[in-house]
Amino acid sequence: MAVALNQQQDFIEKLNKIEDMLKKYQGKRSALIQALQEAQAIMGYLPIEVQKLVAENLGVTLSEVYSTITFYSFFNLKPIGKYHIRVCLGTACYVRGAEKVLDRLKTELGIEVGDTTDDLKFTLDGCRCIGACGLAPAIIVNDEVYGRLTPDKIPEILKKFE
Amino acid sequence: MEMVTLTIDGIKVEAPKNSTVLEAARKAGIKIPTLCFLKGVNEIGACRMCVVEVKGARSLQTSCVLPVSEGMEVITNSPAVRESRKVTLELLLSDHNLECPTCIRNLNCELQTLAEELGIQSIRYPGVKSKAQYDDFSPSIVRDTSKCILCRRCVSTCHNVQSVGVISPNYRGFETVIAPVFDMSLNEVPCVNCGQCILACPVGALKEKDDTHKVWQALADPDLHVIVQTAPAIRVSLGEEFGGELGGIVTKKLPAALRRLGFDKVFDTDFSADLTIMEEGSEFLDRLQNGGKLPLITSCSPGWIKFCEHYYPELLDNLSTCKSPQQMFGALVKTYYAEKTGIDPAKIFSVSIMPCTAKKYECQRPEMFSSGYQDVDVVLTTRELSRMLKEAGIDLRKLPDEEFDEPLGISTGAGAIFGATGGVMEAALRTVYEIVTKKELDNIDFTEVRGVDGVKEATIDIDGTKVNVAVAHGLANARKILDKVKSGEADYHFIEIMCCPGGCVGGGGQPILSAEERWEVDYREERANAIYEVDRNMKLRKSHENPAVQTLYKEYLGEPLGEKSHKLLHTHYTKRDLF
Ligand code: SF4
Ligand code: SF4
Ligand code: SF4
Ligand code: FES
Ligand code: FES
Repeated sequence: MAVALNQQQDFIEKLNKIEDMLKKYQGKRSALIQALQEAQAIMGYLPIEVQKLVAENLGVTLSEVYSTITFYSFFNLKPIGKYHIRVCLGTACYVRGAEKVLDRLKTELGIEVGDTTDDLKFTLDGCRCIGACGLAPAIIVNDEVYGRLTPDKIPEILKKFE
Repeated sequence: MEMVTLTIDGIKVEAPKNSTVLEAARKAGIKIPTLCFLKGVNEIGACRMCVVEVKGARSLQTSCVLPVSEGMEVITNSPAVRESRKVTLELLLSDHNLECPTCIRNLNCELQTLAEELGIQSIRYPGVKSKAQYDDFSPSIVRDTSKCILCRRCVSTCHNVQSVGVISPNYRGFETVIAPVFDMSLNEVPCVNCGQCILACPVGALKEKDDTHKVWQALADPDLHVIVQTAPAIRVSLGEEFGGELGGIVTKKLPAALRRLGFDKVFDTDFSADLTIMEEGSEFLDRLQNGGKLPLITSCSPGWIKFCEHYYPELLDNLSTCKSPQQMFGALVKTYYAEKTGIDPAKIFSVSIMPCTAKKYECQRPEMFSSGYQDVDVVLTTRELSRMLKEAGIDLRKLPDEEFDEPLGISTGAGAIFGATGGVMEAALRTVYEIVTKKELDNIDFTEVRGVDGVKEATIDIDGTKVNVAVAHGLANARKILDKVKSGEADYHFIEIMCCPGGCVGGGGQPILSAEERWEVDYREERANAIYEVDRNMKLRKSHENPAVQTLYKEYLGEPLGEKSHKLLHTHYTKRDLF
């Protein structure tokens, strides 16, 4: 209960911050990407509440905002967990069983690709070649690469982040 | 105008310096296929269907966005060009829900036509189909992205022509889909139901919500008294669906066609358009003379009403309280007409044929039950009526001339011009002028408010009182006027706003023209010209001279703005959220 309340307060504070930040972009339609980047820096992601603020202040339609966010991969619609796990789905990793690794991660974390666990700890994504083909199949957690994986090694890795 | 000379397929062509290769070619009678290109609306060079070879250029160029230049040598028909277009088209077709025979756009589809014209007989790229969305929650518009080719003609129309902007490309690459935010239904976002996106769509990815089954059912029910009203703009467009010329007048074929479908009475919305003028003209005079809220803004166009509710709620008090002619008609059918004929209103089924998809939404609004029933039960667009007629084997061209039924089928030329931009204003001026001055107008044609200019302004002298009027059609044009009113910059007394470009003749429920046809002629102008011809040929051309309207006041309503009028013919609208 207390946690939820704290989270809500935190959310509102960040919204206020974003509103202040947007003052300098009043009516500046061309600043859309920049404004979204700054908003994401504050909130961590771009929920509908933030999108509405950006649309209102810049004078663009909500539809344009959503279209822009979903076009660029560096914008997130959902919160990103403390540990961002990206599973390489590049060719080398793929042929060495990346999909099985991904499947195991899904079951262990109980989430789908693109989602974040309820405790905001883990986010699971796929990605293109991360330049570690020699270690295929590989995943990257925040900035650290884990290679030569098998599904069975997954629980052990996750334990590190408990 | 500065001209340049270029050669296209070996032919010397002169073209204005700022024109494109596509334009120059077309002028020279050389056809280049296009798909995403919609003149003046969507010129984004996205689909690559219009590629050509240009001497000196390494790759094929998209001619719809390629400016001409002096000495340029263009080839529109080489093996490389033909192959490239075919590949483009086959890739589109490989991710397309090819169900032509049962598709709403069968035989009127630009993709289908192109496949035929480019000689596509098989598709070399079988592949996965992208995930499709089917959204039929809106009472007006249905989206079926399984047929979308991502040309963005609807997006440009919604954002730029209508300045609404509720659909955009979401996501990227293979996942791209044209949809509202969060892939919601159009019903959940501030879409105004205008249907202009449908008119822009080259394929069957956008269509009206089909309500024909409800009408078939009512017509087959022996217990129901099924009546129909037809909007002014239908009589200059329905013929097009039966091979007639653009803007052909079919006023007298309409009653015959509708009777053969089985309607018990065939009435005319032009009648209630005349009635609208009586009410709205009186309202205008009342506001003008008694210090009421000005400018008065017309309220006949339900797309415009919803736009006002979402985007200009601060101007809601400026709206006329008059319902649209369709809804005035509906309210009277289940009260006045029911009493007069002794028919139980519960047994009356009221259908209207409209050029408009927004009216499908309007008839379901809670404000539109003032007879104690849903005043208008079903709204069909021009296109739906044409489908019903075809299904029943009725060929409009082969029908005899017939008249509308009395009394709600009697109308004047003033009612007819409601169908074109400026028409409501002109009809109102004819009546207001004569009521105020008690003099007959020498010239009843207020040509200042006619025509296709997006915004029209005029000052009319009514017995010494100068009345400033403005007319806008298409919502982006409306914004120009409304922003001036909001800022206090403009000094208008009376404003007409129609949601659709051209007014109802260009409504979102009207016959759909291809991009090529739209380039060649201004269909709104053609249909509007026809409307004015209808007006010219009417015996009566002023609403206050309509004898059936006069009888209605005598027998039932009393006087304009009277108690009964207020209950049945007027309403108020409310602010709606934008997000
Ligand atoms: S949109 Fe055109 S090509 Fe596609 S199914 Fe319909 S008629 Fe056929
Ligand atoms: S109906 Fe009009 S407002 Fe709605 S999506 Fe289509 S163009 Fe936009
Ligand atoms: S819905 Fe129609 S107009 Fe819109 S992008 Fe798709 S094909 Fe083009
Ligand atoms: S393919 Fe996975 S690291 Fe290169
Ligand atoms: S790119 Fe020219 S018509 Fe689409």
